Amino acid sequence: MIELQVQKQLNAALGKMQLDLNLELQTGLLYALYGKSGAGKTSILRMLAGLLSADQGWISFENEIWFSSQDKINWKPQKRKVGMVFQDYALFPNMSVEQNLSFALARHQAPQIIDELIDIMELKGLRSYRPNKLSGGQQQRVALARALVQKPKLLLLDEPLSALDTEMRQKLQHYIREAHDRFQITTILVSHNQSEVQKMADHILVIEAGKIVQQGSPTEVFEQPNKIQLHGVVQHVEPNGDQVKISIQVPGQELIILTLPPSDKWVIGAAVSVDI
Amino acid sequence: MIDWSPIIVTFQLALVTAALLLVVSLPLAYWLAFTKTKIKPLIETLVSMPLVLPPTVLGFYLLIAFSPNQGLGAWLEAQFNLRLIFSFEGLVLASMIYSLPFMVQPIQAGLQNLSPSLKEAAYLLGKSRWTTLTKVLLPNIQASLLTGIVLAFAHTIGEFGVVLMIGGSIPGQTKVASIAIYEEVESLNYAAANAYSLLLFGLTFIILLIVYVVNGGYLKSFRQ
Repeated sequence: MIELQVQKQLNAALGKMQLDLNLELQTGLLYALYGKSGAGKTSILRMLAGLLSADQGWISFENEIWFSSQDKINWKPQKRKVGMVFQDYALFPNMSVEQNLSFALARHQAPQIIDELIDIMELKGLRSYRPNKLSGGQQQRVALARALVQKPKLLLLDEPLSALDTEMRQKLQHYIREAHDRFQITTILVSHNQSEVQKMADHILVIEAGKIVQQGSPTEVFEQPNKIQLHGVVQHVEPNGDQVKISIQVPGQELIILTLPPSDKWVIGAAVSVDI
Repeated sequence: MIDWSPIIVTFQLALVTAALLLVVSLPLAYWLAFTKTKIKPLIETLVSMPLVLPPTVLGFYLLIAFSPNQGLGAWLEAQFNLRLIFSFEGLVLASMIYSLPFMVQPIQAGLQNLSPSLKEAAYLLGKSRWTTLTKVLLPNIQASLLTGIVLAFAHTIGEFGVVLMIGGSIPGQTKVASIAIYEEVESLNYAAANAYSLLLFGLTFIILLIVYVVNGGYLKSFRQ
């Protein structure tokens, strides 16, 4: 299980934004972090990888504490051994495909894994090529293979398919799913593409302005035609019999007033999502 | 026939300076490229000062600092028997300071222009900072390294003011080509001055041309 309870102030495009998360992820599943750009998706991945420190909170992975602001624990990226595919793939330009993969080997690790990955990702003919001679889809496969060399328990994919055309996208979705199943890893995929998320993820986390506003299986998240979900900020709360009357400001719309059962959620200034 | 020793001294000086400067500049450029400290502008300013400061100013203060009659200069002489004025060692040190920005700036820019994800990807693969630097970062800024080395080398060849101030003109030791030219002109020996000048002109032209050819990618097309 991966537990993540963190707060972090981010400097987003539209000013400061508070990232506020409380997540429990089951190992072995493929999660999608779904939301618009600037919602904080990449920051979450970077915090898990150890490339960004939270202001407050803690992160644990299978009972290992990776980060804790209270106990001043912050494991270096080297120690976390997380596999990550960057948005720009981050292939080392000075190394061939094969060298990129060999470089990823841990000390004393047997090199057989490289042949296995070259096989799975169908990179056989590209072994000696430098990254700048490869197409986007090929680079993506090399990056994915490289991230898997050390057989990480956690694989982070940052919008890996955004730069690819539809056909290549579908192929790579297959590669990712195959790698995920074969190596039995927990995968977190960042994406703003609904069909991609719907197709690939076991569980979707919808993120908006630094907060998880909805989560569930693809069916639960995307296929509830009778329900509309509102995301907004609570402006006003007042008791109304045994219910409460809540004013919610939905960005770009007028103030919406609802009468709903009481809950801890209804705090003025809190970001909420409501099914109506 | 001209006296070759000023040419030899010049190239010895340039070679030693460029080599030592590379060793000093790598950690400095790495630090400047990735630090988040607030004093970074201050350090960058100090590094860049030799670009605009008259070399005589630098030479003057070095002359004062290393004068064997007082302070630092006296201490160096007493402790290490090292005299930094009117000596080759002193010229090397002065040249290093004088050419520092020419080495640091290209390397720093090279490192800064690399995608940060390269470094992060190496860290996530469990690689140390040292391995990341030597196997990933430096091999990908070869052009910047070459530019830094050659500019520092060439700039040292072109040095005059600093050498004049603290080197003097000791034949075979501190008398470099640029000083030799000046002295030949002073004694109206134009033929010798012209010989040295032509030589420097040709050599620096060739050196810089090599940099532009290599960095411009002309050679890359043959390498594949």
